[in-house]
Amino acid sequence: MSPKTTPSRVEASRKALTIDPLKVSPPLGAALALLSVDRGMPLFHGSVGCTAFALVLLVRHFREAIPLQTTALGEIETILGGTDNLESAIRTIATKSKPSVLGVCPTALTDTRSEDMAADLRLISERLGEDLGDTLLVHVQAPDFIGGLQEGWAAAVTGIIDVVARPRPRRADHLTVLTGAHLTAADLDDLRDTIEAFDLTCTLLPDLSGSLDGHVPDNWRPVSLGGTSRAELEALGEASAVLAIGEHMRAPAELLGARTSLPVTVLETLTGLKGCDRLIAFLSEMSGRSAPPKLRRDRSRLLDALIDSHFAAVGQRVAIAAEPDLLRAMVTIATDLGCQVPVAVTTTRAPGLETLPVDRLIVGDLDDLETATLEAGGCDLVIGPSPAIRAAKALHAPLVRVGFPQVDRVGSQHDLFAGYRGTRQMAFAIANAITESHAEHHLRPPHPMSPEMPHTSEVRHDSDAPVAAG
Amino acid sequence: MLTDRLAPVFEEPACATNRAKTDAQKRAGCKAKGPTPGAAAGGCAFDGAKISLQPIVDAAHIVHGPIACEGNNWDNRHSASSGSDLYRRGLTTDLTELDVIHGGEKKLWKAIRQAVEKFDPPAVFVYQTCVPSLTGDDIHAVCAAAAERHGRPVIPVEAPGFVGTKNAGNRLAGQTLLDHVIGTGEPETTTPTDICLIAEFNIVGDLWQVKPLFDALGIRLLSPITGDARYHEVTYAHRAKASMVVCSQAMVNVGRGLQERWGIPYFEGSFNGVRATSEALRTFARLLVEQGADADLIDRAEALIAEKEAEVQRQMEPYRATLEGKKVLLYTGGNKAWSIVQTLQDMGMEVIGTSVRKSTDHGKARAKDLLHEDKKLFGAIPAGEMFRMLKDGEADIMLSGGRSQFVALNARRPWLDTNQERHHAYAGYEGFINLAKRMSLTLNAPIWEQVHSPAPWEEGYTA
Repeated sequence: MSPKTTPSRVEASRKALTIDPLKVSPPLGAALALLSVDRGMPLFHGSVGCTAFALVLLVRHFREAIPLQTTALGEIETILGGTDNLESAIRTIATKSKPSVLGVCPTALTDTRSEDMAADLRLISERLGEDLGDTLLVHVQAPDFIGGLQEGWAAAVTGIIDVVARPRPRRADHLTVLTGAHLTAADLDDLRDTIEAFDLTCTLLPDLSGSLDGHVPDNWRPVSLGGTSRAELEALGEASAVLAIGEHMRAPAELLGARTSLPVTVLETLTGLKGCDRLIAFLSEMSGRSAPPKLRRDRSRLLDALIDSHFAAVGQRVAIAAEPDLLRAMVTIATDLGCQVPVAVTTTRAPGLETLPVDRLIVGDLDDLETATLEAGGCDLVIGPSPAIRAAKALHAPLVRVGFPQVDRVGSQHDLFAGYRGTRQMAFAIANAITESHAEHHLRPPHPMSPEMPHTSEVRHDSDAPVAAG
Repeated sequence: MLTDRLAPVFEEPACATNRAKTDAQKRAGCKAKGPTPGAAAGGCAFDGAKISLQPIVDAAHIVHGPIACEGNNWDNRHSASSGSDLYRRGLTTDLTELDVIHGGEKKLWKAIRQAVEKFDPPAVFVYQTCVPSLTGDDIHAVCAAAAERHGRPVIPVEAPGFVGTKNAGNRLAGQTLLDHVIGTGEPETTTPTDICLIAEFNIVGDLWQVKPLFDALGIRLLSPITGDARYHEVTYAHRAKASMVVCSQAMVNVGRGLQERWGIPYFEGSFNGVRATSEALRTFARLLVEQGADADLIDRAEALIAEKEAEVQRQMEPYRATLEGKKVLLYTGGNKAWSIVQTLQDMGMEVIGTSVRKSTDHGKARAKDLLHEDKKLFGAIPAGEMFRMLKDGEADIMLSGGRSQFVALNARRPWLDTNQERHHAYAGYEGFINLAKRMSLTLNAPIWEQVHSPAPWEEGYTA
């Protein structure tokens, strides 16, 4: 990568008070991964609120039914132990909803109690016996205290692999792909199409594009409406290789590799020309075929998109707030276009972040995004989830929405960021947002950067405020 | 200690559910049956406490807990503000493992200081959650010390999630207001027509549809609890001459507290629909006159009611044809199911069933009177059954909260949000027309014909 900006060092926000969190809880991410498995059902071991908050936020983002249950711990169970509730919840769900995969996620409450869930689940499994039916019980180790959505997502995948993966006969021309939490349903569709364009087949785990892609089902189901099937889970080892997308999928991929003896390849990002090229090179090698004409055309279109977009983007300042792997994707496309990234905010200190070409990289919140960018002299564009709209407004910059949650947009699961086509669309999105914003500014003298904090101004709930969706 | 505080809020003598109980039932308490593990829905006590107090728009609301309590939850209500938007900021101590090991009190202390320095709010609310409650963080002590240091109220809200349901949290929030806020301030002036609205949260501006009615009658909304409230307005609620509890399940204890401590009469009412709104205005007029307001208030209220009701009849005209005879399935988590049933019937619609999950016995009786049949009153309906009712066309439209919307939408039937995530205000006379308009628009939307039309590969397809 060309030396566009100086390498960063990862700063931790030293505030005791988090203001406008960027982070959501790891169990929420775990739930999302479990919902991307066909007939999946996540269960939070905690108080009812732990489930209710995650459920409401998932509903607001996806606008789909979200099956998500709770062990409903009260104060008595909190003191004396929640094993009875856990058993009773598992029994109720297994017999009533009959999920294919039931993923049990601890919460901060049970972690603080240090409940031995692994032992509990073994005992419960034995006691339930036939009541459990075909339900696969998965223990997700995604503690609430470490990381955010992508860490919980990866932990759920690790939990699934731990239960189902075993050596199987190799299957030529088939890939087991572990998909990162930063990919949208559209990204997964595109990835699958790309793999199939090489006459390869694949199993995606998790497969958000099968469950939360916003289709209208024919019948009501109390469990997830699609995703990686149970048969596919049983056959994870039946492939010629494991491909993981996103650094946070490295641990589950390595576990799967160890269990199945399959070779493992981790691609950090599919956003940006270089990342896409690496995928195509990998697929060419796996299939022994060169890239088909459609993909060559897509690459050519991307080159043209980069050329057309760079006029607006080059030298512009982009502030980004996203979880580590999505951040990597967004920093890549922004800097590939010639933008500078004065400030990037993320949720946790993940491996590899320190090499990102950004001026400041802060593990922090959306207030850090706003204040650090102001300190750095402002920006031309903000990239982040929909609650970043406040920071964007304070910075007088447009917001390109990526990541979770997006509560003021419909259809965000169909936004495409990955592959030649997704990179092309993101390049256009960045260039168009900057162009539009500059065009507006040409109509009147530019805004002076106001040092005043936005809370002092009289702001009303309005249609483009971050909560204006449900 | 918490249990000691929790018991009284459920021995609420003004609670209709409680009044209807036998002595033995009363002794068993309201918490006898907790939520069923694996088959539970709804928020926790912290959720309930926060939604009750957060509409105080100029206060800082700090959640002392791990990220799940605020990171998954901030700014997710549509309580509207006419001024400050500090209440919409997501403020939390974001506790980590180290805070659990070493205790989170110091972090909370620093967090309060940072909030005061950055936002200079008139007051800070600190919400206790499960984890620090379990590890024993004494938020009362921290808040007391911080209040002294910063020279402003720092109020502990002791309602960790595991102590009960959202409703328990609403009540604990009410108790917090009685213990720490109400009675601590004085208004510059008082009038004989000062009122207090309790448990009205100004969801998408509900309050602003009602307030002009009070203004027209010269009635002053002294203390909103807590919709679009400024902190100081809540401190002098004890100077109101009458109060109305709008969501009686949520904060009836505040109405009773005002009555017991300061002799302020209160009533339970609703702004859902024309009849309920008129009833509320009449009751306020009567109570205020009893408290010494000019007697002509009653006549002026009647005149306003007559004028507004006539206006509603005129404004309803464009929507009547669409709504007449349409069948509604009502599945609201709100407690005033009866008043919505009444509203829909007033629009000429047929309510084929309503949930009364959160209704009081009185509310259930009113709903039964309106529907004439017991079988139209439901507890929880399994989602599969609701889906069937809609798919088979037993209902033309469903009104419910956000979580159950997909039952209707996946059955490809119209749905309207009548809970807190909605985007339109349905209070008072104006809200009645709004609701009629939104239902008409949804029922007449061209998409329904399209989503039911056969695909090219299905039988019955025509080009």
